[in-house]
Amino acid sequence: MKPTTQTKKRRSTKRDDSPQPVHARSSRTMFPYYPGCTLKTTAQNFEDSALATAAILGIDLVEIPRWNCCGVVSSLVENDRMHHVAPLRNIIRTQEMIAERGGEIESRLVTLCSMCTNTLRRTNLFLKENPEDLEAINDYMSLEDNYEGGVEIVHFLEILRERGFDAVTNKVSNPLEGLNAAAYYGCMLLRPKDIGIDDPEDPTIQENLISALGAAVIDTPYKKMCCGSYQTVQDRYAVAELAYDILTHAQREGAEVIITACPLCAFNLDDRQKEVRERHPDFRSIPVLYFTQLMALAFGLGEDALGFELNSVDPRPLLMAKGLLAPR
Amino acid sequence: MRIGVYVCHCGGNISETVDVKAVAAAAEQRPGVVLARDYSHMCSDLGQKLILEDIKEHNLDRVVVAACSPHFQGATFMNVLETGSLSPYVFEMANIREQCAWPHFGEPETATLKSIELTNMAIAKAGLDESLNKKTMPIGKRVLVIGGGIAGIQASLDLADSGFEVHLVEKDPSIGGKMAQLSRTFPTEDCSACILSPKMADVPANPNIELLTYSEIESVEGYLGNFEVTVVRRSTYVDPDLCTACGLCEDACPVKVPSEFEVGLRDRKAIYVPFDFAVPYKYLIDESVCLRLTKGGEVCGLCQKACPKDAIDFSRKSEKIRFTVDTIVVATGYDIFDATEKKVYGYGEYKNVITALEMERMIVNGAAGTPIRPIKGRIGFIQCVGSRDEQVGNEYCSRVCCMYATKLSQLLKRSDPTREVYVFYTDLRAFGKGFEEYYKRAQTDGVKFVRGRVAELLEDPVTKSVTVKVEDTLSRQMIEAEFDLVILSVGLKPNAGTERIAEILKLTKSPDGFLQEAHPKFRPVDTLKEGIFLAGAVQGPKDIPDAVASASAAAARAVRLMNQGEFSLDPVLAYVHEDICDGCSLCVDSCLPGAISISSNVAQINETLCTGCGICIAACPLDAMDLHCYANDQLLAEVEAAISERRDGETRIIVFADDTTTYRLADNVGTGKLSYAPETRIIRVPSGTRATPALMLKALALGIDGVFVGESESKSSPYAGIGPALSRNIEQTRSILREHGIEPERVRAKEFVTIMLGGFVAQLNELTAFAENAGPVSEKKKKALKETLANGLPRAEAQVAQ
Ligand SMILES: Cc1cc2nc3c(=O)[nH]c(=O)nc-3n(C[C@H](O)[C@H](O)[C@H](O)COP(=O)(O)OP(=O)(O)OC[C@H]3O[C@@H](n4cnc5c(N)ncnc54)[C@H](O)[C@@H]3O)c2cc1C
Ligand code: SF4
Ligand code: SF4
Ligand code: SF4
Ligand code: SF4
Repeated sequence: MKPTTQTKKRRSTKRDDSPQPVHARSSRTMFPYYPGCTLKTTAQNFEDSALATAAILGIDLVEIPRWNCCGVVSSLVENDRMHHVAPLRNIIRTQEMIAERGGEIESRLVTLCSMCTNTLRRTNLFLKENPEDLEAINDYMSLEDNYEGGVEIVHFLEILRERGFDAVTNKVSNPLEGLNAAAYYGCMLLRPKDIGIDDPEDPTIQENLISALGAAVIDTPYKKMCCGSYQTVQDRYAVAELAYDILTHAQREGAEVIITACPLCAFNLDDRQKEVRERHPDFRSIPVLYFTQLMALAFGLGEDALGFELNSVDPRPLLMAKGLLAPR
Repeated sequence: MRIGVYVCHCGGNISETVDVKAVAAAAEQRPGVVLARDYSHMCSDLGQKLILEDIKEHNLDRVVVAACSPHFQGATFMNVLETGSLSPYVFEMANIREQCAWPHFGEPETATLKSIELTNMAIAKAGLDESLNKKTMPIGKRVLVIGGGIAGIQASLDLADSGFEVHLVEKDPSIGGKMAQLSRTFPTEDCSACILSPKMADVPANPNIELLTYSEIESVEGYLGNFEVTVVRRSTYVDPDLCTACGLCEDACPVKVPSEFEVGLRDRKAIYVPFDFAVPYKYLIDESVCLRLTKGGEVCGLCQKACPKDAIDFSRKSEKIRFTVDTIVVATGYDIFDATEKKVYGYGEYKNVITALEMERMIVNGAAGTPIRPIKGRIGFIQCVGSRDEQVGNEYCSRVCCMYATKLSQLLKRSDPTREVYVFYTDLRAFGKGFEEYYKRAQTDGVKFVRGRVAELLEDPVTKSVTVKVEDTLSRQMIEAEFDLVILSVGLKPNAGTERIAEILKLTKSPDGFLQEAHPKFRPVDTLKEGIFLAGAVQGPKDIPDAVASASAAAARAVRLMNQGEFSLDPVLAYVHEDICDGCSLCVDSCLPGAISISSNVAQINETLCTGCGICIAACPLDAMDLHCYANDQLLAEVEAAISERRDGETRIIVFADDTTTYRLADNVGTGKLSYAPETRIIRVPSGTRATPALMLKALALGIDGVFVGESESKSSPYAGIGPALSRNIEQTRSILREHGIEPERVRAKEFVTIMLGGFVAQLNELTAFAENAGPVSEKKKKALKETLANGLPRAEAQVAQ
């Protein structure tokens, strides 16, 4: 497949990015924001680039106070009320913040990590659909306010889509011309369908962002394959095989970088390239960036926002060679 | 009024339990009765003669027979009345065998009392009987067949051969439908074009068929015996009488577009014949792509210059053709599922993923020595694409794809045994004659069948081969296999043409989107609109044998109506009390067959459309709508007579029993000698929906203690929309009862099938017990209810049916 600056034929760009009406649009909009554990540690570059680019777009992400782990480590597969306690606690924090700040802040909690998004959304949906369970959990968490069901969880990408990717393009000072970028979604952003942020079979939201930044979209059918997730702890080579498939298919389509919205996917695709090389000597490494890092690059932001030193496969040589990053 | 009443002994069947003399004596006391007799066998010759003589001698104008079920001997007595020069509809039966003597056979006193009341009810109704006659309407021999696929062709030929005048309207430039595109047909592997083309040729050759191709139905007005049809025939810009199909124009034309017939695998010109055995075999210009017709002026025109016959005329216009027919056969077929909707399979995106219809064309073209592209080594079929898949909204099985994949896979394997051919299936459905054997043959020939639903297809960016990810659910292993070519066995879905026709003819659709038959078992090719029939895949996925069978069935059903030159209408039809009707039009939408219209401020019933369901009656807030043979005043008279012999403290339950199911069910209960609450009085109605809220409330206001409505299950009822109508009636009745402080549980309804004997007994016993427990409705409440009724019921919210 040839790289194109447009998304490809069947991948309609119309469907998603027509701007939808948002609440009162002052020049700046404030959202409650949930970072999650990884964004404060190994994925600090995800948060740094996100906050910086959001600010440029007039979006202020205000971290909710006293947040805890989103709860992903206790599975949500079963209808087990205990598993909803941790996510719900974060949602209640948000509810408090919205109440305190009155109309000045949106009633939607912005997330970045796809795992956190998935966990929080599933709990939110489950509790909205099952009032009896909500009542029981509210009772159990007697020291907290009752959750009233008024919070929505949105991923940062959705905010970009709803404002229109043109708004992103308007802030681009360093168009990423000549860069072939493939989007990788994994599972958590898309599935299950009723909480996914895009069509689970044919997502386009990251592709639209890539186009908006001036880079060429590389499409690969492997973009929605599983990265292996927590198997990475058990059996790093099993994950390396999956990463090998995903990365080499993208490379054969012509991709030079891969973007993602998930710290765990990023770890599996980026850090695990060591294991991939052990098993497949012919493998050429390829940088894996957060979509916000790509934005920061196109917005012409500096090292603080880019945070490339935390990427396992260093993207800087490539970007410098392409003239997209000034040599130091 | 001169009513004669006859009480039958039924050779002891009745008289051993019921005191028939007492029944006759009681009847004689009723107003309007001039004589009442009892006799051993009323249905015998002598019994019949008795009635005939009395009609003459005593000038009877109504007859009541208290005997068996009207479903048993009713027709016999109606004939007697006709012989005696009376209308067969001034006759009523009291069913004292199935409803009294048999279920209450150990209790003569109870059975006799019930018999007297049932006879009184029949007498009361008879007193109000109208002297009706079966209506007959003339009907001609003209049929419209819409759609010229194999089903439309078969129906047209059958009808034309039987001497009927057929107008066959096809939207495409040629008839033939999908079958014309197929390679061979399972399970016999006949060449599809070879068996189809002679039939296609028979169509224009038949003097009874007028073939209108490249034509679409614009409108159809009217009803059975008088459908006025308007067809738009599109211009082909070529005079068919002059065109010799020499093809010189085609060579000259510079415009190439994908051919519809070849599913886009080959090109055609702007001036073209659809395919090489098209009927009619004439050139036409596609006005949407022709340079002259899109740009105007003197542009191009090369074809015109090339044509030696001067057949091409750019000024030819489309024309409107109008004609009238008596019946209609709809045979608009299907479309294949649009595989781009199933995104995981990458159709339209991956080079080596194609549909089965494309494979059909590749095989035909290959066999003709003009292959479209080489068909390489490893080939995989994926089944159930777009069928049995809730993700795409199609729950149904498409029925043909298992077998066409079985066919295509073995054709591919046999023509080159080095190919590796796999079929990934959900279940393999080889249900037809010779199908299982054919499936076996594919396996023997080396096609590998793997049970598993393919999760995903992934294209290799360089080689373009496709990786199939699937779980083999028999060996429980995950498989990832690479193929050179993947064929999607796409399902069948209703097409756009069918949608349009359904709108024009106001036909209903089943949940799968195909057109709905009147009854799945007994009227599979009828629609709910009298005189309109379904042929082929328009009614649901069908293979060719089934499509042809249904087409011949549709033809036969149409002939059945037209053959006599006239058809008769049952007089059980709605009518309007014109003096009461204020033209509010609330009834109009309640009628699913669309029989009601308003003209000069009064509702009008189209008797050919009315099915006699009675749903409209409840919709009328003024009691202006009514039904012949089951009129409001008749049913009320029956209710009144049901308490004519009531002794103090006795309970009375009215059971409105629909004639299709509940009434027969009660007969079966009687025949089985199953006893049930003797306080029940059954009133026969065409459908349970005939029991309107007003009628039920009036019964309660008169002192009836409970009302039960027995209805057919929707799917076995001959009437449309009864389920929702019944719930509406019951709900409205109950809410008014609630308002009056009367227990809403006094009114109940249930849908039955005729074998639910125990259920019927239990329901009636329960309601009787409930009413006994609750005691009679107090005089005060009855009075309040009567007042409400006198002021008229509140107009129900717009009762839009469907
Ligand atoms: C890939 C494939 C392979 C198959 N192989 C076999 C096989 O081997 N054996 C077998 O028995 N069956 C096979 N079938 C099934 C077969 O195609 C159908 O049974 C058959 O075509 C049904 O005929 P039909 O006349 O009902 O519908 P169609 O063939 O669809 O014909 C309908 C006709 O109505 C016309 N029409 C539609 N709308 C309008 C309108 N509004 N006004 C006027 N005309 C209209 C259409 O143009 C068309 O000509 C196969 C199907 C597929 C998809
Ligand atoms: S006018 Fe030209 S484009 Fe049109 S059909 Fe004739 S040759 Fe073709
Ligand atoms: S016929 Fe076979 S392939 Fe087609 S929908 Fe039914 S089961 Fe699936
Ligand atoms: S609702 Fe039923 S009875 Fe009334 S007009 Fe329509 S078909 Fe006839
Ligand atoms: S609902 Fe009654 S009053 Fe109104 S138009 Fe129909 S028949 Fe007449």
